[in-house]
Amino acid sequence: MKRLVVEPWFRRRRVGLGWRAVAWQGWVATAVLVLGVVGAVVVLRGSAARIPVMIVIVVVYAAIALLTGGAEAEIAEPPTVDATRSESPLTTLQTDVRLPDPVRARRTAPSGPEVLSVEHLSKRFGERLAVDDVSFSVTAGEVFGFLGPNGAGKTTTVRMLATLITPSAGSASVAGIPLTAENGLEIRQQIAVMPENPGLYLRLSVAENLEFFAGLYSLPDPQERIRRALAAVNLAGRANDLCGTLSKGLRQRVGLARTLLSDPSIIFLDEPTSGLDPVASREVHQLIDNLRTQGVTVFLTTHRLDEAQQLCDRVAILNTKLRTIGTPEELRDRLFTKALVVRTAAPVPEPDRVFAVAGVESWQADDVTRYSLSVSDARLAAPNVTRALVNAGADLLSLAEAQHSLEDVYLQLVDEDVEAGR
Amino acid sequence: MSLVNVQRVRTVVRKEVREFRRNRLVIGTMAALPLVFLITPMLTIFRIHASASNSQVKAAVGVISLLMFIVPVVLPPMIASYSVVGEREQGTLEPVLTAPVRGSELLLGKAVAAFIPSVGIAYALYVVVLIIVRFGAARVVSNVLWHAPQVLAQLLFTPLLALWAIWVGIGISTRAGDVRVAQQLATLASLPLLGFTSLTSFQIIKPSVPLAVGLALALLIIDVAAWRVVSRLFNRERLIAGRPERHARNETPETT
Repeated sequence: MKRLVVEPWFRRRRVGLGWRAVAWQGWVATAVLVLGVVGAVVVLRGSAARIPVMIVIVVVYAAIALLTGGAEAEIAEPPTVDATRSESPLTTLQTDVRLPDPVRARRTAPSGPEVLSVEHLSKRFGERLAVDDVSFSVTAGEVFGFLGPNGAGKTTTVRMLATLITPSAGSASVAGIPLTAENGLEIRQQIAVMPENPGLYLRLSVAENLEFFAGLYSLPDPQERIRRALAAVNLAGRANDLCGTLSKGLRQRVGLARTLLSDPSIIFLDEPTSGLDPVASREVHQLIDNLRTQGVTVFLTTHRLDEAQQLCDRVAILNTKLRTIGTPEELRDRLFTKALVVRTAAPVPEPDRVFAVAGVESWQADDVTRYSLSVSDARLAAPNVTRALVNAGADLLSLAEAQHSLEDVYLQLVDEDVEAGR
Repeated sequence: MSLVNVQRVRTVVRKEVREFRRNRLVIGTMAALPLVFLITPMLTIFRIHASASNSQVKAAVGVISLLMFIVPVVLPPMIASYSVVGEREQGTLEPVLTAPVRGSELLLGKAVAAFIPSVGIAYALYVVVLIIVRFGAARVVSNVLWHAPQVLAQLLFTPLLALWAIWVGIGISTRAGDVRVAQQLATLASLPLLGFTSLTSFQIIKPSVPLAVGLALALLIIDVAAWRVVSRLFNRERLIAGRPERHARNETPETT
């Protein structure tokens, strides 16, 4: 839905056909117009060409004035803000919130409305299959991690969802809009994408870069949005710096500010910490974590497993095909059996008898004083094992649940693919 | 649905102009090049005496007029051929293509941004030449160059030729993989249309007001067609992935 904004003439403060009076270019162009018309009258006096020449001068002037000055602006309605979000992330995003311990409290898959739904999506480049029959969905307010080795099809998937490339097969809906070429403009209005390279115009200032994108999104009140976006990424004081003078970390932050400008329904971040030093990476992590806190849906493409484990509610592991999907904890549980690790001061006497307690399915000795016990439920088995060890007179040093990281899951799946020749 | 959103086109123009202003060498080089070209023919004109034959005068003025037509053809490719492939090389194309802007709007904005300095320089140069000839050259030369239909043809053809060169430049820029190749190809591809205008420059076709207006209308139609063709050639997938999707889904590459 579009509306036409027409300001009263006294507020426009313009001369001629739409030039702003305050812009010197407007005065120069108007002066050239007057000189051109007078010149044509004097020089071409008595000639039949006089009138066409004057018409050409006026038409050229009007075209330039209308395209660069503009008396009226056709602007789009402000983009629809996701109903699941109570307020714009720009208003409340803080960067001084420290992330909690990297291993977060156990997460559950969010259960909000779907903002991204992908069904059997495939992409073929000639003979090469880049993405093969991928299906998943992302719910509102979720930080969704998309993991995979180089060439797994992560960026290709993002580009398909961002309407940059056309899928070879399958379907998807982005922000509730079916992914078709006809809906490209509407989808792009609802999303924001930060590619691996933030892609800033280095000769323009930070504010000018954002102003350009605010214009492309037809955002109302762009200056205020730019101010808030820069404040959100702690760059308020660098608005007038040329992007070419910024460090890579700061450019990444400008890129992130650009994605926040339009209050998108989904933000696609493609390797946002690629090439950043640990401090800059941590800052970006903090920003993403705060986006999650604010209920912004983030689609995070990365091959940094620590990043995914730290930030994502759910992750999908892709290697051309979708290998698995779930919360990091679900993936660990799915791939690895639960285990207790027992360490004692001396070898346990008759371990077969000692470990034959309720809840323990099998055991193996990793070392002479270290044992791994496969269990169905660690909470049930741990007290039984402790009692059995004490009764057997073993000097128990530690008993803990075996921890498998997302990296273990990832490596397990990728190794399987390598062995299968995929 | 409107063909273009004027606000988005203006946004693109403003950004492009800002980039030119930060890189003054672009415009400086554009202005300097035609001045160098003009030195020899201007010296020839000044050597023509009042008693020179009509054919001598016409030949000399024809060269000047042709150069005046060459200016709007050779200048725009310098900017236009960079417009898409340049963005791709500096990594700014992907963020722009993921923004809600139609290919036709993006290209039109870039075309307008290239048009303004090109036509401005071409007109400024023409005015300078007219003034110099008026006060420095023999009367016979001045009379031919200040011939009203000749002036009208110059005023009409300059922006239209520039537009043609711009669309050719942008069209090549959407397909080229390297800025230098794009610039060379664009300049080369813009030249054939000069044959069209050189007929009037050398007065093989006697310039008249109806002829100038008629030819200008033809050029205008060609320019509008070129914009639509180049917009159709603008394929996001080719630009990003290097090759277009070829399977049969009946989807146009750039409908939105």
